[in-house]
Amino acid sequence: MIEGLAAIYIFMLAGFTGYEIISKVPVILHTPLMSGSNFVHGIVLVGAMVALGISETPTEQVIGFIAVLLGAGNAVGGYVVTERMLEMFKTSENKSNGEGS
Amino acid sequence: METLIQAAYLIAAALFILGLKQMSSPVTARRGILWAGAGMVLATLSTFMAPQILDSDQISTNIILILIAIALGGGYAWYSGKKVAMTDMPQMIAMYNGMGGGAAAAIAAVELLKASNEAAHDVTGTATVADMLGADVAILGILGAIIGTISFSGSIIAWAKLDGRLNRSKLLPMQHMINALLAVVTVGFAAAIYFTNSIDTIIVFYVLALVLGVFITVPVGGADMPVIISLFNALTGLAVGFEGYVLGNAAMIIAGIVVGSAGSLLTQLMAKAMNRSVANVFFAGVGTDAAAASGDGTEGVMKEIQAQDAGILMAFASQVVIIPGYGMAVAQAQHKIWELTQILTEKGVSVKFAIHPVAGRMPGHMNVLLAEAGVPYDMIYDMEDINADFKNTTVALVIGANDVVNPSAKTDSSSPLFGMPILDAIDSDNVIVIKRGRGTGFSGVENPLFFADNTKMLFGDGQKAASELIQAAKEL
Repeated sequence: MIEGLAAIYIFMLAGFTGYEIISKVPVILHTPLMSGSNFVHGIVLVGAMVALGISETPTEQVIGFIAVLLGAGNAVGGYVVTERMLEMFKTSENKSNGEGS
Repeated sequence: METLIQAAYLIAAALFILGLKQMSSPVTARRGILWAGAGMVLATLSTFMAPQILDSDQISTNIILILIAIALGGGYAWYSGKKVAMTDMPQMIAMYNGMGGGAAAAIAAVELLKASNEAAHDVTGTATVADMLGADVAILGILGAIIGTISFSGSIIAWAKLDGRLNRSKLLPMQHMINALLAVVTVGFAAAIYFTNSIDTIIVFYVLALVLGVFITVPVGGADMPVIISLFNALTGLAVGFEGYVLGNAAMIIAGIVVGSAGSLLTQLMAKAMNRSVANVFFAGVGTDAAAASGDGTEGVMKEIQAQDAGILMAFASQVVIIPGYGMAVAQAQHKIWELTQILTEKGVSVKFAIHPVAGRMPGHMNVLLAEAGVPYDMIYDMEDINADFKNTTVALVIGANDVVNPSAKTDSSSPLFGMPILDAIDSDNVIVIKRGRGTGFSGVENPLFFADNTKMLFGDGQKAASELIQAAKEL
């Protein structure tokens, strides 16, 4: 379990990390990156699995089921669209990259 | 086992961060999503071993439910994600983002219902949700519930608006006042959850938060959609991070907060590109009331040009700058435009692409489409790099763009677009605008560029018009 001050450290450091990642991205990758970060918060799926896993009453199971359903949609959908978008950069990989930020 | 799972989560979190990092360069971007994907698979598989799940009384039922839900949700998303056209990407991102927000809100609902149930059966009889969860978990759990729910219903509305299923910008009179009131009431119920053990309070709270998400998003102007989707993306990340704390799940905290902060920065960059604050995006819907009033200032007539003449004009130009917008995406004209570019280049014309930061429905939207068609990066210029060059440009070809070349953003202080940086297409010797009809752009604001002396209108579908231009240029 992560508690108190340790959690605040994680929150803070993760916040700086996210800021660092974005601040160096060229404009052409903004949409794929938004899509990619959309995929990354699909990690909510594991929380949803735990929420459904610890469910005891039918109500909790229904809500947990919805959580896993939506979480899986976020993770899988986010991956597929990001992958498709980045796929298009493949042909251009060897061309010059003079566009810059 | 617990240690092993935590280690797997840690590796997954590292893979997410490294993956996002790789996505910040076109060369390594594809590797980045593969790494992040590997992290997701690792985290998901190891969660099946989680002791909370294995110790449950209903382990077999719950595991089966988990598998069914993953198959249904994942299967639907896989199918829709593979099938969707490139132009419809933005609304799909909105939809998947909404699903993530909904999942976070649902996790919170399970935890809050559990706690309120336990509190109600507590021997003291006065126990509250906060007593059961602890103050920190209760506060972050409820916060995540608000944010996740708003992100869920708001993203669905964003999807519906971008998909053309919803065109209303107003549901009720005095929408902003009602929204403010609703926000206060929702927060009130959120606080009430903390201090009571009533299940009804939780239900009312969720309904209010759902409605609030809808009401907040409906008035937002279409041109502002990229900002909103980016903001909801950041909010979902935040909600996931908070629910990660509730569940004591390090991978969720790290990934969620990284996305929350990265998304917030991206949102600000986008809003800045439009010279608007994020608050402004929410509280002043472009293209609603103000836009109608400002349309009167435009005088003159639109001058039409035939594709034949336009093609000749471009073939003999020294420099052509192509300004694509959402209309190019809709018409799927990027391949034809690239073909035209190649023909013009062969004839010795210098061709450049000018991309406004918010062209299309998302930042980088045009870049992705042009990359798909095969346009090399070094022909594509950002606004700051190209604007001074319009003075040396023979023809500026505007295809499907409107608001991003609207000079009233510079000259007319009553325009809702006023202050937004634009591409100075009007400075070039000739402007050719490919447009489907005479109507206003997505923001609903009249564009004086179309009436300027050096502007000629080429009416028609983007792809068809581009084909005709190719034909005309080839024949020379």
